[in-house]
Formats: sequence, C-alpha cells, structure tokens
Amino acid sequence: MSAEGSVLDADDIRRALTRIAHEVIERDKGADALVLVGIANRGDHLARRLAAEIERIEGAAVPVGVLDITFYRDDIGLRAEAPEVHETRIDVDITGRTVVLVDDVLFTGRTIRAAMDALTDFGRPARIRLAVLVDRGHRELPIRADFVGKNVPTRRGDDVRVLVQELDGDDAVIMRGTTADRTVTA
Amino acid sequence: MNRHVLSMHDLTADDVIRVLDTAESFREVGTRVIKKVPALRGRTVVNFFLENSTRTRISFELAAKRLSADVINFAAGGSSVAKGESLKDTALTLQAMGADAIVIRHSSSGSPLQLTKWVEGHVINAGDGTHEHPTQALLDLYTMRERLGRLEGLRVAIVGDVLHSRVARSLCIGLVTMGAEVTLIGPPTLIPPDAPTWGVQVSYDLDAVIPKLDVCYMLRVQRERQRLEYFPSVREYNRLFGLTGARAGVLPEGSLIMHPGPMNRGVEIDSDVADLPQAVIEEQVTNGIAVRMSLLYLLLGGAADRVDDADV
Repeated sequence: MSAEGSVLDADDIRRALTRIAHEVIERDKGADALVLVGIANRGDHLARRLAAEIERIEGAAVPVGVLDITFYRDDIGLRAEAPEVHETRIDVDITGRTVVLVDDVLFTGRTIRAAMDALTDFGRPARIRLAVLVDRGHRELPIRADFVGKNVPTRRGDDVRVLVQELDGDDAVIMRGTTADRTVTA
Repeated sequence: MNRHVLSMHDLTADDVIRVLDTAESFREVGTRVIKKVPALRGRTVVNFFLENSTRTRISFELAAKRLSADVINFAAGGSSVAKGESLKDTALTLQAMGADAIVIRHSSSGSPLQLTKWVEGHVINAGDGTHEHPTQALLDLYTMRERLGRLEGLRVAIVGDVLHSRVARSLCIGLVTMGAEVTLIGPPTLIPPDAPTWGVQVSYDLDAVIPKLDVCYMLRVQRERQRLEYFPSVREYNRLFGLTGARAGVLPEGSLIMHPGPMNRGVEIDSDVADLPQAVIEEQVTNGIAVRMSLLYLLLGGAADRVDDADV
C-alpha cells in the first residue's frame, strides 16, 4: 500500500517562512550579526527566501551562504558511489556571528552534524541555530531544530520531499508513504 | 567510473565532466582558511614515484592530505627499489600495507597497468614513460574550461616534442573526447608516425596555425628522453617551434598559453612570454591539486572500491 499526499502547498510554505523569519529576528533582537547558511541542494533556496523576508521586515540585508556537506558525511565509503558534490559559497566571515543553518527536511540529524563540522572549518560562529521547513522525526543524533515550519509525523520508511520553485518548478512538500519499514539514508 | 585511471581512454566524456565539476568544489575548499575536508579519513594513498618529479608528487601529496587520507611517499632512491627489489615485490609490499590507492610514476610505459595485476587498490597513473599522464590532461582540461567556458569546439595546438610526451598523448585523447579540435605541431621527427589516427590535425608550420588558436599548449623539449638528434640545434628549434614574443602577439585575444612544466625558458617558450597574463602556467599547477582531489574522492569515496568489478 502506498499513499501520496501533500503536506504543505506553496501558500503554506510562504506563511511558514514568514513566521520563521519573524522568530529568527525576535530570538536575536534584530538581524545585525546574522548569517543564513542554506544546506545544498534545497536549503539554500529556502535560506535566500528567508533572507528576503527578514530584509522586508527589518530593512537590513542578511548575508546568505550555501553549504554542501558531502565531504563531511559519515557514510562516505558505505555507498556504492562517491556522493555527488554541490557548490559551497560562504562569502562572509562567520566568526562571532549567529549562523542560522537552513535545511528543507530534518530527519536523522546526520546532515546537520556534518554541516556543523563543515561550518567550524570556516570560522567560529558565536552560535549556530537550525531552521527547517519540515521536521519529520526519527533522529539518530541529539539534534533539534530552533525554528520549524511544520512537524510532520512519519514512519521511518516514508519519503518526504520538499519541492522548490527554483529547482522543481513548484513549491510543495509531499509525502509518499509505504507500509514497509525500510531505512532511508538521508 | 573505471576502477583505475591509467589512460585518458579510461574516462568517458561524462566521467571527465564529473571530475571537472567535482574539482570545482575542491577549488573552493582550497580558498578556505582550513583547506582540508574529512572526506577520505582512514584511507591510505601511496605515492609510488620511481622517476623524478616535483610538482606531480607534491600535488598528489597535498591533494590526498587535504582529503584527510594518510599519505605514504615512496621514491626509488633510499628505498628497497634501490636494493634491487622488483616492481612486483614492491607492489605486493604496498598491498600488504593496505594501500587503498597507489599513485605511480615510472619511466617504463605500461608499468601502471602491470601494477593493477598485483594490487587490490586503485591505481592512478602519474606518468609512465612516453605513454600517458592522465591527471595532467584533466587539470589542463579544467584550466581550459574554467578560462574559456567550454571544451567543445576549442581550437588547441599542442606544440613541440609530441613523440616523447605522455602529456601530449593524454591531452589529445581528452580533448578529442570532449570535442575540441586539436592540431599537433612540431618537427616531423618529433611527431609520432601514427598521430593522424588520433583524430587530430598535424602541421609543421606554427606560424600558419597560431592566428586561429584558442589555446597554444607548449611542450617541454625532453632532452633526457632524446637518444638521437631529433633537430639540429636548440636555436633552430626555438626559431621554428618556440613561442616567441612575436608569435604570442599573433595569438587571438582571449587565447591561452599553457605549459605542463617544468619549462625550458628560451627553448620552447621565451622567458617574457611565460610571464604574460594569458600564460596560465601557475593556474595549471593550482588547479592540479583540486583536480587530483576530485579524482581521489571519486575513486575512493565509494564502497565499490572493494569489489573487483571492472578490471580492464
């Protein structure tokens, strides 16, 4: 048995990002020492939208970086092929700033662990926070998000996918469920 | 991708694009404060250099170290090879020490292929005799694509001692794979007789070709490999086939001057030409590290390296 369903549509995503933008500024009382770093390949697009939203609210531009965590993965050598690599670009010095990592789906937490390792190679942020569009549970590491678009209860084997306009032509979060409890490597 | 990289024939056009695209990310790593990523932690790379080399060995060493692999440098002098150990026994020793990849430079063409029969790890050819030098070709392709935005349709001349040049052989294969138009130029004595079968043009007149080039690739005159007199004098060679200031002036705007190094200034390339802004010779060296990181990552970053699947 399999079921495919929409979790969030384009309007839901827009509203969630607007709310997260407000929460981010509220938490740090402004956007002065803020850097948004999106995790490739979807988080970077969400980070850019979040930055635009924060700029609209606060009137100040927030630097946005994109981080590819491939070289920091803990499953290199466990997969048949070396994982595909995406662009990394962080043009600002993150030392002493508040870095908000932005990703589409929070699942096992392993991606975030890798991202935090990667960030420390760029500098020493004052603090790192985590914003995700969807938290689907099933953590394998002691990691939690500071800002969440939507909590979605899932089974381990479910497939939760975030689509973004820039890559997929549409904004949506969809879930494809299966009864089999197969393990998906995030 | 092929299990070993012995020749540019081992890489398809898609493989080349994958290596170059991945190298792009490693170039970025090279600009960071901490120029090291943990991608190949726990892997062992052996640099097995049985012929003199500075830039290639250092480049591979740096590439492997920046990937957090353990690196062993093994050179002929001061090793068991100097005591008369055979290539096979040395290879079996490296194998017994658990080398995941062996980067080999050897004066005999074909020795990397021989090595693949004795070891389980990946073998990367870092230059074998007058046969091939695929990682040099990859870094040259990277540099061309980076500077000129494409490889397909590029007009490239490879000038000089093609006969003894493993660089020329690998680069030719790579350029032809990627759809570039290659012209080999040199004294007839230094153009391999089978060159017309490589899918390239051959010319003996540098001045006729130079105004139409995107890349002018100068080869080193390899006096150490020339057992016979292939040309009358260095002065004559320079006059006919050297990249002089006057010739560099005829190159189209935006074209590149490349050289694999080490250069014989005043022989195949005039000293002031080597320092022109369109001469990207140091860039080639910098890009070499990223390209070798990319290749090591793509070969060692998968689990398939334990499976004996594609031994060719």
